[in-house]
Amino acid sequence: MIEIIDLEKSFNGQEVLKGINLTILDREVVAIIGESGGGKSVLLKHLIGILKPDKGKILVDGVDITKVGRRELDRIRDRFGVVFQGSALFDSMTIFENVAFPLNEKTKLGKNEIQGKALRALEDVGLKGIENKYPSEISGGMKRRVALARALVIGPDTIFFDEPTTGLDPIILHSIHRLIIDTHVKYNFTGIIISHEIPEIFDVADKVAMLYQGTIVAAGTPEEIRKNSNPVVKQFTSSCRDELTKSLS
Amino acid sequence: MKKFDVELAAGFFLLIGILALAFISIKLGKLEVLGGGGYALYAEFEKAGGVKVGSSVEIAGVEIGKVKSIRLDSNYQALVGFVINKGINIQDDAIASIKTKGLIGEKYVQITPGGSDKILSNGGKIRETESSIDIEDLISKYVYGKV
Amino acid sequence: MEKLLRVLGRWGLSVVRTMGRMIIFLAESLYLIFSPPFKFNLLLRQIRFFGTKSLVVILLTGAFTGMVLAIQLFYTLRKFGSDALLGPAVALSLIRELGPVLSALMVTGRAGSSLTAEIGIMRISEQIDVLTTMALNPLRYLSVPNIVAGIIVFPLLAAIYDVIGIYGGYVVGVKLLGLSSGTYFSQMENFLDMSDIRMGIYKSVSFGIIVSWVSCYKGYHTDETGYGAEGVSKATTEAVVMSSVLILVWDYFLGSVLL
Repeated sequence: MIEIIDLEKSFNGQEVLKGINLTILDREVVAIIGESGGGKSVLLKHLIGILKPDKGKILVDGVDITKVGRRELDRIRDRFGVVFQGSALFDSMTIFENVAFPLNEKTKLGKNEIQGKALRALEDVGLKGIENKYPSEISGGMKRRVALARALVIGPDTIFFDEPTTGLDPIILHSIHRLIIDTHVKYNFTGIIISHEIPEIFDVADKVAMLYQGTIVAAGTPEEIRKNSNPVVKQFTSSCRDELTKSLS
Repeated sequence: MKKFDVELAAGFFLLIGILALAFISIKLGKLEVLGGGGYALYAEFEKAGGVKVGSSVEIAGVEIGKVKSIRLDSNYQALVGFVINKGINIQDDAIASIKTKGLIGEKYVQITPGGSDKILSNGGKIRETESSIDIEDLISKYVYGKV
Repeated sequence: MEKLLRVLGRWGLSVVRTMGRMIIFLAESLYLIFSPPFKFNLLLRQIRFFGTKSLVVILLTGAFTGMVLAIQLFYTLRKFGSDALLGPAVALSLIRELGPVLSALMVTGRAGSSLTAEIGIMRISEQIDVLTTMALNPLRYLSVPNIVAGIIVFPLLAAIYDVIGIYGGYVVGVKLLGLSSGTYFSQMENFLDMSDIRMGIYKSVSFGIIVSWVSCYKGYHTDETGYGAEGVSKATTEAVVMSSVLILVWDYFLGSVLL
């Protein structure tokens, strides 16, 4: 379970997070939505311990990761997987080497075992036969899949997705969302997705939290968010729908 | 980007680099790789001007060692240390003198063997020395007619 | 007036802060060099990157430096009738000074800049964050192999530079200017000492640390110099300028201390 309590952060005097409160239960998939530049990525970076908050706590199974030392933090991170926005594959390594990297570095498995696990993870994300290509040779959608495979390969408890579908066309977008649902069923991880794909993300998430101007203005199941009467939420969910219909017509 | 043989490329570079380093160290730096061998002797000179570390030590024009150190000792004399090649015996009444190659050439140490049957061992001291000739001194003596 | 003081104070503080960060960066990297696990594959990759790929540049610049030195020194030395000393003059200037400094500057331009760009891109595309969130220390993958490769490669490059330069000088001095080849080399042996070569090696080793350290630091902290691609290009420029200046300053410092 991850509990975020009164999290505050400002950069150069500008408040980005103004007291975030959110609880994420084990095995659920939570989507954090909101306008771009609204602090979603900043929140994510706090959750994975890259940024330190000015105030507040983040409890992961009761341990405050904003206070622990590097060694303890690393032990918690061992149970995390992160899929970064631009997929962040290592350019100098092949697809296979990218996926095998966490196994090579973090485990003492033999070569054959690593190969088996990495290929299985690639297969689970629907990729086969591209192991020897370099990241520059595959498409954006494939890169996201590889990044997910790399996160999955060590079997983490929690996977963070930072805008996993930005810059993808609607068809690929749906296939990535489908993939998140499928792998969630198979690997049973806690999923935290930063997204602005509304309403598509509602099909993926068990719970949706909306971040607006540094606070969580609404949180609940997708249905609850859809029916939320808060004008900000209403505007955001409907304007996105308008935008979508406009772009499709 | 294709796979290349990193090990081969790195090994190739390291080989060339080490060869170059070995070349300048052994040929120019006179680094003694094979232990060199040789023993140390000392001599006190009144004046050791012009002799440098690395200057040669000769007997009859043949190099038999090198100057290893030069410093001032407690009686304000120049204490010069040599390394003499193995197999060259120097008697305890040998004479070490500082000579010049040509008129203004570099300085070297010449050893004139003695007749004693006592051979100096490692760390020994050559007692008889002749200091370097000061050309200016010589010229001024000549000019004032003392030679 | 108060404003001026404030600006000055802010600038001073930021300089001190950057210096502190750079030193911590170096200290942590040096500590990691001696703590396993060691990344030999990455080290080999960086030796190839710094060394093998710089060979052509080093051979070319080394040869021409030696040739230029021989021409210039020949005319100067001839005025004093001591053209026999051309060999030692060329070799001494190369081994003590020009070899280490110029080869380091060449490598800074060739490899330091692209190293900063590579690490900078890893920073902005969040590849460094990937390592951090895998609970791996990014410095072990990014700066340690480079610093070790710098320590190994720079002295070897300087040695290659010296040898090529000495032969370049030989071609000019002996083949063009008519010096006897015996004088060129035998005089060199008389005047050169292991201490000269050792000095060259000390310089090269420290330049290797400086170049890899500054380049890695600038790439690693690309987000401090600017945003996105512009940040990377700025960081690259800063890395080259800073490395080059540090090389020359440190060269003077070492020269005056070791002499």
